[in-house]
Amino acid sequence: MTVSVLAALTVALALDAGVLDKIARGSQPEREEALAALVATGDPGSARVLRALLEGRLHAAPEGAVLIERDGAFSDALSGASVPPTDDLEKVTINNRLRRSLQRALLGLEMSAPEPERRLEAARALLQAPDTDLLPAVEAALQRESDSRVREALLTTQGMLALSAPESNRRLAAIAQLERVPGAITKRLLADRLAVESDPAVRTALERAVLGVEASLRRADRAGLVFSGISLGSVLLLAALGLAVTFGLMGVINMAHGELLMVGAYATWMVQLAFRRWSPAWLDWYLAVAVPASFIAAALIGALLEVTVVRKLYGRPLETLLATFGASLLLMQGVRSAFGAQNVEVANPGWMSGGITVLAGLVLPWNRIVILLFCSLVLLMVWMLLSRTRLGLLVRAVTQNRQRAGGLGVPTPRVDLVAFALGSGIAGLGGCALSQIGNVGPEMGQGFIVDSFMVVVLGGVGQLAGTITAALGLGLANKMLEPVAGAVLAKIVVLAFIILFIQRRPQGLFALRGRAADE
Amino acid sequence: MPKVRKPTAFTWLALLCATLAGALPARAAETIKVGILHSLSGTMAISETSLKDVALMTIEEINAKGGVLGKKLEPVVVDPASNWPLFAEKARQLLTQDKVAAVFGCWTSVSRKSVLPVFEELNGLLFYPVQYEGEELSQNVFYTGAAPNQQAIPAVEYLMSKEGGGAKRFFLLGTDYVYPRTTNKILRAFLKVKGIPESDIAETYTPFGHNDYQTIVAQIKAFGAGGHTAVVSTINGDSNVPFYKELGNQGLKATDIPVVAFSVGEEELRGIDTKPLVGHLAAWNYFMSLKNKNNAAFIKMWKAYVKKNKLPGGDSRVTNDPMEATYVGMHMWAQAVQKAGSTKVDDVRKAMAGQTFAAPSGFTLKMDETNHHLWKPVYIGEVQGDGQFDVVWKTGTAIRAQPWSPFIAGNEKRAER
Amino acid sequence: MSTILSRSLYSLGAGLSWPERPLDGQGLRALYPRRTWAILLGGYALLAILVPLLNLAVPASSAFHFPDHAVALGGKILCYATVALAMDLVWGYAGILSLGHGLFFALGGYAMGMYLMRAIGTDGVYGSTLPDFMVFLDWKQLPWYWAGSDRFLQQAALAVLAPALLAFVFGWFAFRSRIRGVYFSIITQALTFAFMLLFFRNQTGFGGNNGFTDFKRILGFPLASPRTRAALFALSLTLLFAALVGCRMLVRSKFGRVLTAIRDAEDRVRFCGYDPVGFKLFVWTLSAAICGLAGALYVPQVGIINPSEMSPANSVEIAIWVAVGGRGTLLGPVLGAALINGAKSWLTVAAPEAWLFALGLLFIVVTRWLPNGVLGLFRREAK
Repeated sequence: MTVSVLAALTVALALDAGVLDKIARGSQPEREEALAALVATGDPGSARVLRALLEGRLHAAPEGAVLIERDGAFSDALSGASVPPTDDLEKVTINNRLRRSLQRALLGLEMSAPEPERRLEAARALLQAPDTDLLPAVEAALQRESDSRVREALLTTQGMLALSAPESNRRLAAIAQLERVPGAITKRLLADRLAVESDPAVRTALERAVLGVEASLRRADRAGLVFSGISLGSVLLLAALGLAVTFGLMGVINMAHGELLMVGAYATWMVQLAFRRWSPAWLDWYLAVAVPASFIAAALIGALLEVTVVRKLYGRPLETLLATFGASLLLMQGVRSAFGAQNVEVANPGWMSGGITVLAGLVLPWNRIVILLFCSLVLLMVWMLLSRTRLGLLVRAVTQNRQRAGGLGVPTPRVDLVAFALGSGIAGLGGCALSQIGNVGPEMGQGFIVDSFMVVVLGGVGQLAGTITAALGLGLANKMLEPVAGAVLAKIVVLAFIILFIQRRPQGLFALRGRAADE
Repeated sequence: MPKVRKPTAFTWLALLCATLAGALPARAAETIKVGILHSLSGTMAISETSLKDVALMTIEEINAKGGVLGKKLEPVVVDPASNWPLFAEKARQLLTQDKVAAVFGCWTSVSRKSVLPVFEELNGLLFYPVQYEGEELSQNVFYTGAAPNQQAIPAVEYLMSKEGGGAKRFFLLGTDYVYPRTTNKILRAFLKVKGIPESDIAETYTPFGHNDYQTIVAQIKAFGAGGHTAVVSTINGDSNVPFYKELGNQGLKATDIPVVAFSVGEEELRGIDTKPLVGHLAAWNYFMSLKNKNNAAFIKMWKAYVKKNKLPGGDSRVTNDPMEATYVGMHMWAQAVQKAGSTKVDDVRKAMAGQTFAAPSGFTLKMDETNHHLWKPVYIGEVQGDGQFDVVWKTGTAIRAQPWSPFIAGNEKRAER
Repeated sequence: MSTILSRSLYSLGAGLSWPERPLDGQGLRALYPRRTWAILLGGYALLAILVPLLNLAVPASSAFHFPDHAVALGGKILCYATVALAMDLVWGYAGILSLGHGLFFALGGYAMGMYLMRAIGTDGVYGSTLPDFMVFLDWKQLPWYWAGSDRFLQQAALAVLAPALLAFVFGWFAFRSRIRGVYFSIITQALTFAFMLLFFRNQTGFGGNNGFTDFKRILGFPLASPRTRAALFALSLTLLFAALVGCRMLVRSKFGRVLTAIRDAEDRVRFCGYDPVGFKLFVWTLSAAICGLAGALYVPQVGIINPSEMSPANSVEIAIWVAVGGRGTLLGPVLGAALINGAKSWLTVAAPEAWLFALGLLFIVVTRWLPNGVLGLFRREAK
């Protein structure tokens, strides 16, 4: 109590030029000391400075005032008055250690924020890195907290910190609290405590708690595995769907498929660039334009490919394979010459960053969830197109029996063109999705080509169900094997399985045609 | 007599020319030829194209100052297309057909190992600018990149220090090839000496081009529950992007589990959204964000060169450690030739010993007298939101390289350390 | 002057291509018309004698000196030409488009590479009897599959047997299941991709990404000496010639006729009472064995073998050599391989950034407008 009174007395004096000077220009230990002092005050003015320092907006010249920059305008850190920047102004840098203490400090200040949402955020963040230094602050916050969710989170933190309390009933209460929120950290804390605990009653409680937490963690692990398998499956599906459509229709393996993915990804990048340049306020929604843009771009290139190369080699699938390989080389080198050999940066929009915590320590990244949803949407669209529209009817007819469909008056060349463009467009959509989780560079398509082939060959031709099953199955199989055998062996085993499976069942999982692949 | 069709004659002529191309004699030397052996296509083009550009820029700079021994330098650029046998073939061509005085090139250890026998057989000179695993010392190569003790070990020392977070548990993650494996071997031995138990070290490898890091990040999380954990990443090239993206999205922040990478520089960050990566670290001997006179001049010259030659990427082109190493290596070679008075390899080799150069890294680098490596400073930098690095720690002086790491069994016998 | 040149070139071209019709005479004479035999034998003798002569006997300063790097380049191209020949056997004559032939080539190369690594002895970087990469992996002894790899004959046999065995097993399963066309091509891609991943693993024990390198000697002869290089060149040329004659004998025989029948109409052949599986399996295995041999000769000349030789893109390139030269002609693919690799070596010096454009265009132009390849142009003429 006395400490806080003293601290309160020093509030008015705390944020002064001397302290600022130490923070901006002092040695490492001096900075830490000054920061600790600032934190203890809980002064909203210092929060401003601390936040600026954390976000890299605090600047200082070798001598003189310390300035805060906001949207290009500089103001004095103490008074807030606007000050023109000088030439020798340098950003005040921090390292991870300082960053950690700053974040904790700001957290501490957040815990007394008026809005319960902010308090909840702060309390949840505390759970990730329980720090004994903050125990008094936590207990103080608990005393005045009214919101039930925040109380819950704070109680858990208190539980974590109170595990080593001298009274055994406090320890038991802490264990009970921790059992309600299992996680990797709780497990470690409980296990560490078990190693040194002497009281038998507490020991039994600890052992039971540890077992319970481990079971929860295992469940979370399995759930995580399934999610990552499905996520990988959705990525494979997006990558291979376009290929399945064109292959099913024309029996042509398009070796430039990977490059169509790349075209979609680059289209996404260009849209992002355009947004950055001309309407940065809407940057978070660039995907709304990027998705149709990547579809159109890839569809156009696909159509071009069909008209110039594929159509002329009709009936000669092996030659088409080689010619499309040549087209893929051209596309790759073209992109390399136009945009450079380096990867380009495609950022996740704000609402797609981060993840959602579902179980004990299981975080599902938003971008993967969105891609899963996107994949389902695309699937739905394709299914509706194929089964509900006239074009779909024509495509299915040509897929099942080209000769007879032609005999019935179906314009097969036009159907070919539209279907190839459609398949390419879907590949473009796949590329747009892939740009959100991986690289975008001239070579990005090469990494997906063998996988797409495998999905198509395994799934069989002519039915969406085959492609879906194959993609999800391969994704899950890969992810199941990976923790056991390592990434390389998992991939090799999956490939070997496919090769062997095809020997037994050459037409794939769900085949429209009864026999082995005939030309 | 049926008319001879043009295409056929052309084809035969082309065949003839292709095979006779080898027999053309070299032109008379009014210039000194310098070979540039970097992949301009294929998987390595991403990294190596910039090295070719910087080499050409340096040649221009040297020529503008009067060249070497009164003669201008003439670059001979070849593209081994990320194909290792082609590297050896091009190297041989450069040395025997073009008769270059020195070759600046290679990036991956495979490419270097494939050209090494050629250089040793023909007594050529190669300047290799990339950080590598050491365990090599050829009289025909000058290594201007870092050996593990000039990069990996100081980085781990920093992580273990109070300032770096006091890490006690280490997750060694790399791409499956010789550089990460050797580096991790050295790091394991180093950590053992520092008293870190085996249970606090985890080691995992992913294949080239691996792009799904969900499982790996989950493993890191599980391992990191033990607290005070750091990840040492020797992931190569393309795989870095999906790795960092996954890390960021699964909520692993640099303040919880910092990742220090040895193969991620300004060039690699160009292709990533760096906001979620703020606080993660890299260890190099040079950063573009260093503030000193030499670096300012170097960056200015580079940006002017990019603009003048309309290189793709324009304003967003950056400088990085291997580019600086190429720049330093070329200048040192030019100085050595000037000192030796000739371009003969044996003379130049002798003159290289002890060469110094005021480098953009802010230090005066020295070529060691015996071990063909540079004395280099070490910088640890943190990733910033704009793709640049903030230096958080640096060595006071340049460090001597130890190509034969004392942490690998069998190296104790070696004379030159 | 130009007419003489063009006329002689034309005769040369015409001599190497002629309409396929029954030839008189028995045995070897029946394989090629006389003019062709003259060109082939003459070419073989010329190259086998002149190249080593001009390289070894003529001093380096003379304009007639055949440069060292051209000997190595020539040897490499000859090995590639042999692979193209083997590919033509399965594609041009049996109709099987394999997009994984690079795997057999690489396996042969690895087999020879194992011997060359052992032949380094203790001259390696670590001065150990184990290859360098095993030392740095901390392995204390050779794995079981390296047993006896210091015996040249064993490894040479393995260079043929390993690819042949793999091809046999794979082909047995594949042909029996009647997988054809694009499906077959795709799974050959998967096969070579899987092996590439396997060999990239350092733990597999084949040097990982670095592969085998730093060779010193073969059968006691130093690899860096011009004589060894010239000898290897002559050997590669001999292999190519022998493979050419051997394959020609095969395709001109009754076996060859059934094979082309299978290529053109497999089901009908089956209904005629032949079992296509045996025929296809035989050429498939033979082709793999030839590739393995070519690989074994390739590695000492190039000085390195690493898993990127097994990359899917490499294997697709082999198909384009055959397509450019003219498939189903045996000589065409040899030509195609020489042309493309010659162009690659030249363009990656003269116009490095344009090389991939040229290659991509070549793929499209050849498949679209030159379905019978370069040699096909001559054939049209000769008719």
